[in-house]
Amino acid sequence: MKKTLFDKVWDSHVVKSVPGGPDVLFIDRHMVHEVTSPVAFLGLKNRGIKVLHPERTFATADHNTPTLNQHLPVEDPLSANQLAALERNAKEHGISYWGLGHEKNGIVHVVGPEYGITVPGATIVCGDSHTSTHGAFGAIAFGIGTSEVEMVLASQCIMQPKPKSMRIHIEGEVGNGVTPKDVALYIISKLSTSGATGYFVEYTGPVFENMSMEGRMTVCNLSIEMGARGGMIAPDQSTFHYIKGREFAPKGADWDKAMDYWQTLYTDEGATYDKELILQGSDIEPMITYGTNPGMGVGISKNIPSASESKDSVDSYKKSLKYMGFNENEPLLGKKVDYVFLGSCTNGRIEDFRAFTNIIKGRKKADHITAWLVPGSHKVREAIIDEGLYDILTEAGFELREPGCSACLAMNEDKIPAGKVAVSTSNRNFEGRQGPGARTMLASPTVAAATAVMGVVTDPRTLSN
Amino acid sequence: MAYDKFTKLTSSAVPLPIENVDTDQIIPARFLKATERKGFGDNLFRDWRYNQDNTPKEDFVLNNETYKGKILVGGKNFGSGSSREHAAWAIYDYGFRCVISSFFADIFKNNCLNIGVLPVQVSEAFLAEIFEAVEANPEVQITVDLEGQTVSLEGSETVESFDINAYKKENMKNGFDDIDYLLNLGDDIATFATQRPF
Repeated sequence: MKKTLFDKVWDSHVVKSVPGGPDVLFIDRHMVHEVTSPVAFLGLKNRGIKVLHPERTFATADHNTPTLNQHLPVEDPLSANQLAALERNAKEHGISYWGLGHEKNGIVHVVGPEYGITVPGATIVCGDSHTSTHGAFGAIAFGIGTSEVEMVLASQCIMQPKPKSMRIHIEGEVGNGVTPKDVALYIISKLSTSGATGYFVEYTGPVFENMSMEGRMTVCNLSIEMGARGGMIAPDQSTFHYIKGREFAPKGADWDKAMDYWQTLYTDEGATYDKELILQGSDIEPMITYGTNPGMGVGISKNIPSASESKDSVDSYKKSLKYMGFNENEPLLGKKVDYVFLGSCTNGRIEDFRAFTNIIKGRKKADHITAWLVPGSHKVREAIIDEGLYDILTEAGFELREPGCSACLAMNEDKIPAGKVAVSTSNRNFEGRQGPGARTMLASPTVAAATAVMGVVTDPRTLSN
Repeated sequence: MAYDKFTKLTSSAVPLPIENVDTDQIIPARFLKATERKGFGDNLFRDWRYNQDNTPKEDFVLNNETYKGKILVGGKNFGSGSSREHAAWAIYDYGFRCVISSFFADIFKNNCLNIGVLPVQVSEAFLAEIFEAVEANPEVQITVDLEGQTVSLEGSETVESFDINAYKKENMKNGFDDIDYLLNLGDDIATFATQRPF
């Protein structure tokens, strides 16, 4: 039988299918962070059981962590308590724990791939919706709730109905200055935030084949923002090259065996998907969002669409614009911005910092802009310094912070103040996402960089090199 | 964690006719810092419900005494965004046992089913009818019958059926969670684990 990539990986992990119900799916890797795990560990304690496979479980602290002065005690007592709980739980159950200050600490979806925990053909879950990131390697990776975290800790399995499959194919190439973030925001603007709900997506076509692993991670990360549980890209030489030699990746004979399997992970000729979407690469330009869900994005050179052009209902559209303080049909270029945030599991990798630095090199940060540059992990931070990007950023008036989720979700100290406009490389522009009353415009690292130096929304393609 | 059994519920409803209600609205991230499942209902819809000085926003439906009940009725694409189960906990802890909408985000729907909140998907036309009926008469009763998989509205002839898989239906009716089921599969899982290549 002809199978899609998704079918191959899913079917090989089914321990049992419950009649009329979900599949019992075996989970190869379980990533854990401090926010969605404490109640799950408490559940195990109440049942008097231990984590079944601690060697398949990896814990890191990221959501609550401060991005300055990480050597000092965490000031917020609730955050400190949650971090302490994860450390205690990890120790009690024999799980690797990369806490605050640990050399491997960072955002869960940045460190997983960095250390070779993420591999093709694996099933990977985490109590975080952006677990879809790991699909970039041809893994089935998706976010789960705390009850499901408890299931996986207890049994290494999860009960899940098999999602439908969807292919998103982009024909041709994208133009100069178009980044993976733009590709993803473009797809979401076409599909809306619920257009892929119930589906697992496979991205195909030359745009994705030619993309770096970092770029693929950005695209797969944003799969959840179109409603999909996850997204994946068939593994190829770029994937294998990225993984080889990383700490937790297979070595020696195990590597050869793994490669034999990984090379079978593609969609068979003639296999069918439940739904297909075909888009043209040449239609994509740098994107920015103007509203309060990630589907409300347009090409940066365009005006804010009118209510009749919006995919959202008139009420929802008007509510969004009112929250943002924007008007129908006004241009996005030239809009005054207060904050710029580079970071998150979407755009906190070394390639994102290279792209940002490339734009700001030889320029200065606009005086009125507050810029938060937050690497996704210590490893990313070290690379920024080693590659000389740090000096260029400092010269231009930027400061580099310590790793964490930072201003993506307003759970730590990094919150955008009420009424302020932020151009952010993160993943959600929901009301209050970056702080109560904060106004978020999602964009790529290059749009963020151009905006940071000009002080207003700027198309990076219009800055001379 | 076990929860109250769900069989049949007849209640008035709280209407929230807004599309794309995301989990950051249901419970903002800054209220996710607890290490126990307690008190999340106090912060349900925090930033729509309270001003920044913690005074209630009078125009928000949860601050309007007229609307009460165990059923929350939301606009299309309810629960999009984050996987935080805290959103479902907040809804349960506040006292809701059922959410009705014309479309649910995937993870949110799973989370609800795992903790004893029944997500009921109805047609857009019926959702509009429910909103109108609740606005006209806040006391109007909605009946959700899990066994028959139907939802009906007092004074209306419309009776819609809704989907739920047979396994989850049994769990909801009995207040069971999935972990007992999985723990009973221990031997099968152990055998499977030894066959995994990595």
